[in-house]
Amino acid sequence: MAHSGINVLFEGHNFVRLLGGLWTTVWIAALSLLIGLALGALLGILRTFKNRLLRLILRLYLEFFRIVPTVVLLFLAYYILPRMMHVANLPGSLMAVVAFALWVAAEFSDIVRGALISVPKHQWESGMALGLNRHQLFRYVLLPQAFRLEMPATINLATRVIKTTSLLMMISVMDVINIGQQIIEANNHLYRTGVFWVYGLIFVFYFLVDYPLSRWAKKMDAKQAD
Amino acid sequence: MSWTIIQQSLPEFAKGFRLTLWLSLIGILGAMIVGIIVSLVRYFKVPYLAGILGAYVELARNTPLLIQLFFLYYAFPVIGWKMSAATCGIVGLIFLGGAYMAEGFSGGFNGVAKTQLESGKALGMSDWQLARYVVFPQGFALSVPALAANVIFLIKETSIFSVIAIPELTNTALDLIGLYYRSNEYLFVLVIAYAIILIPLSLILTWLERRVRYGTFGN
Repeated sequence: MAHSGINVLFEGHNFVRLLGGLWTTVWIAALSLLIGLALGALLGILRTFKNRLLRLILRLYLEFFRIVPTVVLLFLAYYILPRMMHVANLPGSLMAVVAFALWVAAEFSDIVRGALISVPKHQWESGMALGLNRHQLFRYVLLPQAFRLEMPATINLATRVIKTTSLLMMISVMDVINIGQQIIEANNHLYRTGVFWVYGLIFVFYFLVDYPLSRWAKKMDAKQAD
Repeated sequence: MSWTIIQQSLPEFAKGFRLTLWLSLIGILGAMIVGIIVSLVRYFKVPYLAGILGAYVELARNTPLLIQLFFLYYAFPVIGWKMSAATCGIVGLIFLGGAYMAEGFSGGFNGVAKTQLESGKALGMSDWQLARYVVFPQGFALSVPALAANVIFLIKETSIFSVIAIPELTNTALDLIGLYYRSNEYLFVLVIAYAIILIPLSLILTWLERRVRYGTFGN
């Protein structure tokens, strides 16, 4: 059993390295979500305003991110952003955060808008009747109610972002999959079935993060449907 | 941006374009079939099978396609299952898409009014007849929006095939960038190519959603 494939995970610092890769994956996902959700909330609110031009521009922004696959978004950020800003050698992880955050903002703006317009109209009208100004109306009436409505979709978006971090390796970020590949290549002659265990472990990593989240979202959705 | 560079690359992109369309088509059809079967098994709570397929749905939906493809392409040959890259891509897309489609169909089936099912039973219909004449036609109409979203999603997911060197659109662009270092031009063509596929398709699907919106009875 000395050379059973599973041992590849515990050879040298392999396991620690994989966890390190996982950490890269996690902070990129978390930072992108943080920036993207903040920006998306703002865009979503703007999309409920009456200004036609503003709405059109934001709609086009959303449709662009809906149509272009995330892999392609990553490459756009990776190849074109550094040139636009005239800096060489920006780290891929930074470009990935930019691409993901803009994508999350687009998707979240639609979630926020959908939630805001499904708050019953009389809520808006009652607020107006009480003499609230637009800022107060959003702050105390619409946003708190919309927040509850948009929770399940937001959690689902988060699970999508986490799954999408698997693409980071394509712009040579040292994420969990990239490190996994290095470990496989380095140990290939000793552990022929190592590839099975390394990818298996990464598969489990992703599942362990995403499954509870999507369960949670589904439960909340069911509760709101009642 | 140089138009000659773009022009010269078009034949290559046309090949990738056709491959993306083909792989998407096969993947989506396969995913639909898997989705229908899985969701019906789960709807009628077929013993054992419903549980196993439930686990499949969760497993496929909560892991990235990229890892699923790596498993098929790199890990399976070690235990003696060797498949070509294109086969891996299609199998992976059907594995992933089947689970998403199953969720879409389940949403529709569960939306069919209870009274419909009870009326069918009162008329003495068998489970198969209930599925065929009551649940499926109404549930299908209800699940169209979710299915439409999945179709778009799966076409976009084919871009991930580039990691196992299937020469579809994204892979074509990456190859060309690697050869000639003209990232602006090739990425531009790539975005346009996806837009050519997805913009008309999403308009058609929106139209379809509007058409089937009144497909339910008994509410």
